[in-house]
Amino acid sequence: MNDMSPDGYTTPDGRQIGGVMMEVKNITLRFGGVVAIKDISFDIREGEIRAIIGPNGAGKSSMLNVINGFYHPQEGEVWFNGAKRKAMKPHAIAKQGIARTFQNIALFKGMSTLDNIMTGRFTKMNAGFWSQCLWKGKAEQEEIENREYVEKIIDFLEIQAIRKTPVGRLPYGLQKRVELGRALAAEPKLLLLDEPMAGMNVEEKEDMSRFILDVNDEFGTTIALIEHDMGVVMDISDRVVVMDYGRKIGDGTPDVVRADPAVIDAYLGVAHD
Amino acid sequence: MFYREAGDFKTTYAADQQTFPILFDRRTYYIVLAIALGVMPFVVTDYITNAILLPFLIYAIAAIGLNILTGYCGQVSLGTGGFMAVGAYATYKLMTGFPDLNIAIIVVLSGFITAGVGVLFGLPSLRIKGFYLAVATLAAQFFLVWMFNKVSWFYNYSASGQINAPERTMLGQPVTGAETEPWVAYLFCLAFLIVLAVIARNLTRGRIGRSWMAIRDMDIAAEIIGVNPLWSKLSAFAVSSFFVGVSGSLFFAVYLGAVEVGEAFGIQKSFLVLFMIIIGGLGSIFGSLAGAAFMVLLPVVLKLVMVDSLGWPTDLAAHFNFIVVGALIVAFLIFEPHGLAQLWRIAKEKLRLWPFPH
Ligand SMILES: Nc1ncnc2c1ncn2[C@@H]1O[C@H](COP(=O)(O)OP(=O)(O)OP(=O)(O)O)[C@@H](O)[C@H]1O
Ligand SMILES: [Mg+2]
Repeated sequence: MNDMSPDGYTTPDGRQIGGVMMEVKNITLRFGGVVAIKDISFDIREGEIRAIIGPNGAGKSSMLNVINGFYHPQEGEVWFNGAKRKAMKPHAIAKQGIARTFQNIALFKGMSTLDNIMTGRFTKMNAGFWSQCLWKGKAEQEEIENREYVEKIIDFLEIQAIRKTPVGRLPYGLQKRVELGRALAAEPKLLLLDEPMAGMNVEEKEDMSRFILDVNDEFGTTIALIEHDMGVVMDISDRVVVMDYGRKIGDGTPDVVRADPAVIDAYLGVAHD
Repeated sequence: MFYREAGDFKTTYAADQQTFPILFDRRTYYIVLAIALGVMPFVVTDYITNAILLPFLIYAIAAIGLNILTGYCGQVSLGTGGFMAVGAYATYKLMTGFPDLNIAIIVVLSGFITAGVGVLFGLPSLRIKGFYLAVATLAAQFFLVWMFNKVSWFYNYSASGQINAPERTMLGQPVTGAETEPWVAYLFCLAFLIVLAVIARNLTRGRIGRSWMAIRDMDIAAEIIGVNPLWSKLSAFAVSSFFVGVSGSLFFAVYLGAVEVGEAFGIQKSFLVLFMIIIGGLGSIFGSLAGAAFMVLLPVVLKLVMVDSLGWPTDLAAHFNFIVVGALIVAFLIFEPHGLAQLWRIAKEKLRLWPFPH
């Protein structure tokens, strides 16, 4: 797929994919002696669903942590929206429009579904401190406006019934969905999903796949996701990066990747959970 | 079936976001407020004011403050006594330095000064968490008490080392000093509690409050949402310390009138306020009030029952107080970390379904 036009391409199902939004160049990340990522480059295009696959410990989560600023690679560059990114704190990167979910659910356990997703609106709200003290003017107004947006997400994810439930009480599958809602609340340009379907049963996986496709379709959100379930990956992603032992061993459309001998050897051929 | 949501539909998000979404609660709140403001001032006695009302109002402010930091933002503090002392000494210096300054303004300024000091001592929270932060705030507690003892500028070089609140009036009525009427002191403190409780409620239900809770529950996730941990934690320290400072200011100027720092603002004060929020409920404004009321009332009730009615010795009743509080702390920590506030919520839930259990 390296002969793709810089302006974008059209997917087999007719979706229009834009230019490069995020590009990592020659990233190397080490933890002491452990090399988690070794000289990896790839790009993510506007409007795309980009999958990252690979065996356990391949460095997939580490890659997302580099993209959203938790880890600072020893070598390499991250380009976002056409500019090279300086070393930044994760909260500053969030403001640039990158949101994510975690492999192990990282919800705010003491808060309700509604409050969790409202918290996701943090970067969209800016009432001053005194206005918040008095609950007058901007603070009151933006609380209502943002609540309206959050209710849209709640409807979209079909979680109306658990709106006021503390998330700690929710079953696993719903928690994953709330976490997706919280990430969506930020109206991200780029959404990173770390194993959004791990530990789910077939129906839950189908639901989640549908939500991911709908997010991409309705909100126009670019998505990078890590997933182990090959069926799901082949179904929903436009292009796939394959990692193994910190290296990139394949990159391309699902069909290309599936047929790549190196990938088959290293990954697809091996029995895997 | 009088306590219910049914038939009380919310048609706007504003209605759903209000402090008391249920009509019955809203009515109760206004009735309590009307009694506190309209009836109590005419009936309070010296004894009730000094034994119950003033300590309750003042500790409630401190408890809300600590709850913002510990209950909402998850940063444990054992420095409450020390920060109350900052409020008290700020008030003393302002009262003696600016005799014409209105006492209400002095109390507020003392809050701001304490907020500044709180931010300073909150800086370590950016690096350390949990137990280690608790120890750091404990160090702040001891340092502050030591400083107010040691540096005689703080007590205007008085021989006794004490600070005394001179008389200050508001609308012609003495608010501090020996001439203060009980109802005036009561109303003065009540006004502060009402205003501060409303502010605390507003802050905790909005954007900044959610950022505190996000830091408390999962700081990594808070950060990827765009919450700057530095600002979130330091703002919690600032707001919390403001409340605690106002509380210390009132405790000194309106309630005690004269203060020796180690006695009034020692480590036991830090624990007292911490116990209030544990028993009342972490992360709840109402719980702060309930916890303060409980801790103030318990010794009074025990004395009434054990000493005055049963004729037991006073120190036995005092020890009994310790035992009850100790047992309750353990019980709440194990069984109900959300304290009295949660028990109250559960009771209301039951009441909503009454008389049918399901
Ligand atoms: N914070 C860290 N400190 C030290 N080593 C780390 C850290 N994070 C990741 N690693 C190491 O980096 C390597 C890649 O880990 P990573 O979590 O990125 O893998 P992964 O592909 O997401 O695996 P999985 O499928 O199990 O989630 C592993 O060897 C891991 O032990
Ligand atoms: Mg991983």
